[in-house]
Parts: sequence; structure tokens; C-alpha cells
Amino acid sequence: MFANTLIMAVREIRRNVLRSGLTVLGIIIGVAAVIIIVTLGAGTTQQVGSEISKMGSNMLTLMPGGDMRMGGAAMQAPLFGMGDVEALQRELVGVAAIAPYTQRSAQVVIGNENRRATVVGTTSDISVVRNWKVTEGRLFTLSEERAGKTVCIIGATIRKEMLEGQEPLGATVRVGKISCEIIGVLEAKGQVMFGGDQDLLVVLPLRTYQRRLGGSDKTAQIFMSGDTQDSLADLKAQVIQIMRQRRRIAEDERSDFNVMDMTEVSNVMQSTIGVMTTFLSAIAAVSLLVGGIGIMNIMLVSVTERTREIGIRLAIGATGREVMLQFLVEAALLSAFGGLVGITLGLGGAAGIAPAINVPFVFKPLTLVQAFAFSAAVGVVFGFMPARRAARLNPIEALRHE
Amino acid sequence: MNVMNGGMQREPATGPLVAFEQVYKIYGHGESEVRALDGIDLQINAGEFVAVMGPSGSGKSTSMNILGCLDKPTAGRYLFKGTDVTSLNSEQLAMLRRHYLGFVFQGFNLLARTTALENLEIPLIYQRIEKAKRRAMAREALRVVGLEARENHTPAELSGGQQQRVAIARAIVTNPSLLLADEPTGNLDSARSHEIMQLLTTLNRERGLTVVLVTHEDDIAAYAQRRIDFRDGKIVRETRASRAGAA
Repeated sequence: MFANTLIMAVREIRRNVLRSGLTVLGIIIGVAAVIIIVTLGAGTTQQVGSEISKMGSNMLTLMPGGDMRMGGAAMQAPLFGMGDVEALQRELVGVAAIAPYTQRSAQVVIGNENRRATVVGTTSDISVVRNWKVTEGRLFTLSEERAGKTVCIIGATIRKEMLEGQEPLGATVRVGKISCEIIGVLEAKGQVMFGGDQDLLVVLPLRTYQRRLGGSDKTAQIFMSGDTQDSLADLKAQVIQIMRQRRRIAEDERSDFNVMDMTEVSNVMQSTIGVMTTFLSAIAAVSLLVGGIGIMNIMLVSVTERTREIGIRLAIGATGREVMLQFLVEAALLSAFGGLVGITLGLGGAAGIAPAINVPFVFKPLTLVQAFAFSAAVGVVFGFMPARRAARLNPIEALRHE
Repeated sequence: MNVMNGGMQREPATGPLVAFEQVYKIYGHGESEVRALDGIDLQINAGEFVAVMGPSGSGKSTSMNILGCLDKPTAGRYLFKGTDVTSLNSEQLAMLRRHYLGFVFQGFNLLARTTALENLEIPLIYQRIEKAKRRAMAREALRVVGLEARENHTPAELSGGQQQRVAIARAIVTNPSLLLADEPTGNLDSARSHEIMQLLTTLNRERGLTVVLVTHEDDIAAYAQRRIDFRDGKIVRETRASRAGAA
């Protein structure tokens, strides 16, 4: 019975290509929108993951403030002194490198070029902890760091945009009120997700920064990397213990600092993107719903328009159930077809948009299956009412219908 | 006959193909009550060619609808091959139409934008006949009505007379026991009308197809062996043509 219904349904669809096309348009748009959003969302999530791993995956960040989500508290919490850095260096077991890190925004001038950039004070250990590499020149030497020499390493954007065609090494950069000599250029890290150029920066030795720019001997953050990824949890516990001891925090008090590992950051970012993707998908799903209602509309109109056809079929010997099944199958076929076209357009659209917004194109077969199943289901759900109406027609009246 | 859930008896050797026993069809209640059929008794034997006549509102269309199992009487019994059809549900009635009845309408009622062959296949699809056999049966029926050369034409590409031939082919493609023709010549000129009537006569004579025909026109009714006149829901006159054989 089903095979026969299928024949009838396919013939009816082919018989009226324009009507069929308009019927599926809503589904096509809805499915395409969902596919584009979900695919780009997956791409974004993946990119965040890979960017975070670029930052150094087995890294801990010690920062002031209690719970990250407490917001305002972070501002009042004490920064870290050089004594803290030394204590960590002395006492931590299984640590590969420790790099104090502090940064601010400042005006950077090279010749006639003038830009606002991030100025960082740190030590050369940062290259271990955060995977920073120099493409030209070198890192700071220990003596430069200790003496607070006015040397600096510049980011790739500054190299490219402010020193175009010039030899960077040995050139002079003015950072705020100090002048320093360029001794190295960092490898490009690329755009960061939410705006901001990671390569628009000037790195000074920490001591130079503290004395000449920061005005204090404190540091805002301390980055640490473990010997292995596995030891990270243990390392984190050690850092907390050492810092609580140094700051004499009682057993029942909350820490006024926070140790974060990159997996946490990555989780937070990915869950944020997940929420956004879900939200956008919900909007796209509404358009899919509208597409379903469009199918119902046209199928209802079609039942009226095809009343006489239904009458003929009933007279010829179709049962009400067969007529109903035919309309249902027509609706399901149309929306499944719309789903296929929508998937194709959606994948094409996502493949086109992804490079334009710097996101990798991630193909997720499960999404396609879901989109297809959902669109077919839309056809069945919204095709049901018109189909039932068709099946309940009185054959005599249907035949008389003009 | 198992489609009738065993309710249908074997075709009796004698006895009418269809029979109305005190059939009433009443619309409305009380003052506004309309008796479309007012106690009709009627028997039609297999192989007969019957013309049903009468002014509009006389009950001839209502009786055709009941004969065609498209409608049910308000009271009385309708026996089809000896089985009381009145007690069947709509699904069973559909099965009766599918296997034993053929319809020809005034307005042809072919599916638009569908070729002649495909139109003929529809009743066979409902009978679950597989494709090759379906095609062969449809082609044979088209040959019977003389349109084998037009199988890929859609109704819009056929003349009125040709469309009605296709409709007749569609009605007979399933080898029905009874062909019901509701003013089949109503939309045709007189030359085309007579061609259609000759076709129906041939089908009746050569294949023994039982034909019940509704018409307004005497010269069309003249093709039938038997003529039944309706008025106000009652049969007012029955005549048998002299050339009618052993009906």
C-alpha cells in the first residue's frame, strides 16, 4: 500500500512543480539557516579550542581576586610581588617555567608611526609558558632582565605595520616615556576571537616595565607551566597551598587569589559559544517552524484546490485512509526534499562564510541527519491536518466541486 | 471477494446484480423534510443497459450515488450481488467501488496534467496491480476505446469526446461488474454523443458489461434496453425497448 501511495504522491508533486517548489521554500530556508549556524558554531568552538592550546595547554595562571565570577573583588585583591615569584620558584615541584606577567596599554611610537598597543612586562620564561617564539633576533638575557635594560621584543603587527621594509633589530621604539631598542620580533599569533590583535604588542623585561612604566614592583599575573599535562592538578594544589601560606589565609577563609588552568578557560569559552549557538539555532528553528506552517498552508489550500481530484480518487475506489496517506506522504516528501536542498545550501553557505569570518569549516554528519529527520517530521506533523481534511471529504460533494 | 470480509456471497447464478428494496433517502426533518427517494424498489440484472431519466430533483442522481456506493440510503436495503451494502462501512464501500464499479461523469473528471495512460493506471494502482501488468491493462483499455495512439496525451491535449473515451477506459480497465454513467454525453455535441453511446452499447453487447446511464435526452436513452423514469423520488414509469433481448 505504501509503495502505491508513494507513486501517487510523487506523481502529484511532479504534476505541479511550481506549487511544490513554493511549498518547500520555507523548509529550505529554515534548514539552511540551522545548518549554517550550527556548522559555524562548531567551527568557532573548535577555533577557540585550538587558540587556547596555542596559548599553552598545560599552563596555570595565578591571578588576584577570589572566585573569577565575583567580578569587582578582583580589583581590590593584592597583586603579586617578586617575593611571591621567588617563593614559587623555590618551592614548586614539577614546574617547567614561571613567568610573572603584567600589562597595560600605551602609546607606541616608531619614527612617524604612532599606535596604541599592549605593553607587557615579563621574563623570557614566557616563551616556555605561553609558546611565544621569536622569528627574528632573540629573547631577553638574564642580565638584561636583572638590570632592567631598555630593550624590547615587538609583536608581528608592529613589525609589519610600523616598521615596513625596515630592519627591526636595533631600531628604537618609544613606549610611553621611555625609549628602547628592539632585540627580537615575535611570531604572529593571529586575530583573537573577540576582536583585538594579539600581535599588536611590545614586550619589556619585567623590571624595566616595573621601574619605568608600571611604577610599582608588583605583577598582575604569574604564569606557570607544568612538566607534564598530568601534573597540572597537583601543581595547582601546590600553588594554592604556597600562596595561602604566604598570605596567611586562615583555614576557613576564601583565597584572595585565583589559580586558573587553561582547560577551565577553554570550558568557559566553549560553553559561552555553546549557549550562543543554541540561541541562534533556536531562532533558526523558528524559521523552520514557519516553513512547516507554510507547508500546512499550501497543503490546506491544495486540499481545496484538489477537492475534485480527491472525489475522483474516492469514486475510483481509494479509501479515506489512502487519500490521507497520500497527502501525508506528499507533505513528508516535499519537506524531506526541502531538507536535502536546505542541507546542501546550508553547507555551501557555511563553507563560504567560514573563511570570511576566520573560522574553520567543521562538518558534522549528525547535524545533517537531525536536520533531515526534523524537516521530514515537520512535513508529517503539518501535513496531518490537511491530509485528514482531504480524507474526510464526501465523495459526492467533492465530485461536484468546481 | 475476500475484500468484503466474507460478507459477500458468491455471485448467484440467478437473481439481480443490484436491487433496491424500499429504499428511502430523506434530507432534513419535519416541515423541511425532503424525500429524495421515496420507497424505491428496483432490480437490475447483469448484462442490462438501463437508462435512468427524470427532471432534476427527481431522485435519479441520488439513486445513482447509492448504486455507486458513494451514498447510503436513509432506510431500506441495497443489495449488491445479493449482499446488503447498507451495513458496510466506508472502507468496505471503497473496496466495492474499487473492484466492482466503474464511473463515467458528465465532466470527464480525468486528472489534469496526467497522461491518458497514467489516468487509467490510477484505479489499478489502488488495486495493487504491479507495474508491467498495470501498463498492459491500461493499454488494452485504451485500445478498446480506440485511443491507443493517445496514451501520452494529457486531458488538455485531447478533445471532449476523446477525454470521455479515456474516462470510459478508466472505468472499464478494472473489469467492473457495473458501469455507472452520469450524463456522459452532457458536455458533448451530438455527433460525439452518439459515438460515446455506440461505445457504451458495444461494451454492453460484446463484453456483457452492465450499464446504468442517467440522461435527459430521449435519443440518448434510446440506446438502452430499459428505461426508468423518476419523478419526486418515485419510479413513475418503466419501459423496455422492443429490441431488448432476454433482459
